[in-house]
Amino acid sequence: MRGDFTTIPFKLRKTMTKSLVNIAELSKEKIQYLLDMAQLFEKDPNLPMLKNQVVATLFFEPSTRTRLSFETAANRLGARVIGFSDPKATSSSKGESLKDTIMMVSNYADIIVMRHYLEGAARYAAEIAPIPIVNAGDGANQHPTQTMLDLYTIYQTQGRLNDLDIYLVGDLKYGRTVHSLIMAMRFFNPTFHFISPEELKMPQPYIDFCDENHINYVIDDEFTAQSISHADILYMTRVQRERFTDLVEYERVKNSFILHADMLTHCKDNMKILHPLPRVNEIATDVDDTKYAYYFEQAKNGLFMRQAILCDVVGITAEDVKSKM
Amino acid sequence: MTSKIKNKELQVAALQDGTVIDHIPVDKLFAVVTILNLPLMPNKITIGFNLQSKKYGKKGIIKISDCFFDDAVINKIALVAPACKLSIIKDYEVVEKRIVKLPNEFTGVCKCINPKCITNAEPMNTRFHVIGEDRKMLRCHYCEQEMNRDEVKLL
Ligand SMILES: [Zn+2]
Repeated sequence: MRGDFTTIPFKLRKTMTKSLVNIAELSKEKIQYLLDMAQLFEKDPNLPMLKNQVVATLFFEPSTRTRLSFETAANRLGARVIGFSDPKATSSSKGESLKDTIMMVSNYADIIVMRHYLEGAARYAAEIAPIPIVNAGDGANQHPTQTMLDLYTIYQTQGRLNDLDIYLVGDLKYGRTVHSLIMAMRFFNPTFHFISPEELKMPQPYIDFCDENHINYVIDDEFTAQSISHADILYMTRVQRERFTDLVEYERVKNSFILHADMLTHCKDNMKILHPLPRVNEIATDVDDTKYAYYFEQAKNGLFMRQAILCDVVGITAEDVKSKM
Repeated sequence: MTSKIKNKELQVAALQDGTVIDHIPVDKLFAVVTILNLPLMPNKITIGFNLQSKKYGKKGIIKISDCFFDDAVINKIALVAPACKLSIIKDYEVVEKRIVKLPNEFTGVCKCINPKCITNAEPMNTRFHVIGEDRKMLRCHYCEQEMNRDEVKLL
């Protein structure tokens, strides 16, 4: 099936492939399947599964970190990469519609990895494109590959996804990654702890989501060695000044949600600290040398997970991958 | 049954052929007038305002001669005045009576309230899902923003 992909008519190709737009669309089985597939790439990241294929990375909004991760994934799979990282250099800055850009690139590439500053852009692209779209972030809306790499990291460090105590710390109001994580973890009976300043607390719709899905949660505004002693996962996020309407409040709380090494004296042995990166100062550098720090490995897992996703969207199965190992 | 309905309708004004939209909440009457683009229509039109209604206390009614609307227009009415009643009249008889109800999913009709939504930047159709137990909320199919149906702007 591989290799002759471009000779298959557009309409038929569309039925064989599936875009990844939104984490909520993935079933429990599909999540587990992608985790297992990422594990294969962790064992051997240099399998030429996408040989002779072209992956387009269209970054209508710059994100060097995400783009490098996707492009490394594509390159290690043997694909060639085209695309842009700066929309100012493209015709969309001359007023070309998203549709026209997507249709044009679909003539050249087999997969489009797309980041866009507008929300819903990936859903729309997936509807019109004859080739699969992988959403690499659409505004404040979705960033499903980040969530999948978070799940992979939790699975990798804990050996399971079920029945974990996951502490989400910092900006729970605007933090897209923590919202998606709650959504994806709904299958696995987690207990969440929401630790944030009052101004950045978890929005009500996500609390309602937890209630509707029987997800256990605890709301806390205290961030101390004691309050995190039961954590299996400590998921840190940035508390940004510009998110506050009340700057006096910001000054008051800005140091209350910083993790220092001396706060790790009571924590569980298996506990791991995650962060979507880039960090500013919410994790003190003295934490980096502890056995609990795992954010750099987490970023590396993005490579394996994105390899699995790039294969999956063009219909390459875990069995196909195993047969090449 | 048909003649009973007919007699009731005749209390306002007889209509030979056309459409009657009844039970419009009075505060939505002018919105419906705008949706139907009535000021630009050459047809004979009767608009009743502040009439008695068991349901709302007061209601509005619109009768338009020789005009029948397609589903897209009826969906727009459903968005601003759900539960109004629409009757098709042919030769003084009600030949079809329908409760105006938003489908679970619809395209066009209104704009997404999210300024960062792709539908507000790209020449494309909007698309919404009607959600919530009382069906008062809409969710944008693209950006997933949820909004009250009272706060949307019609296209
Ligand atoms: Zn929208």
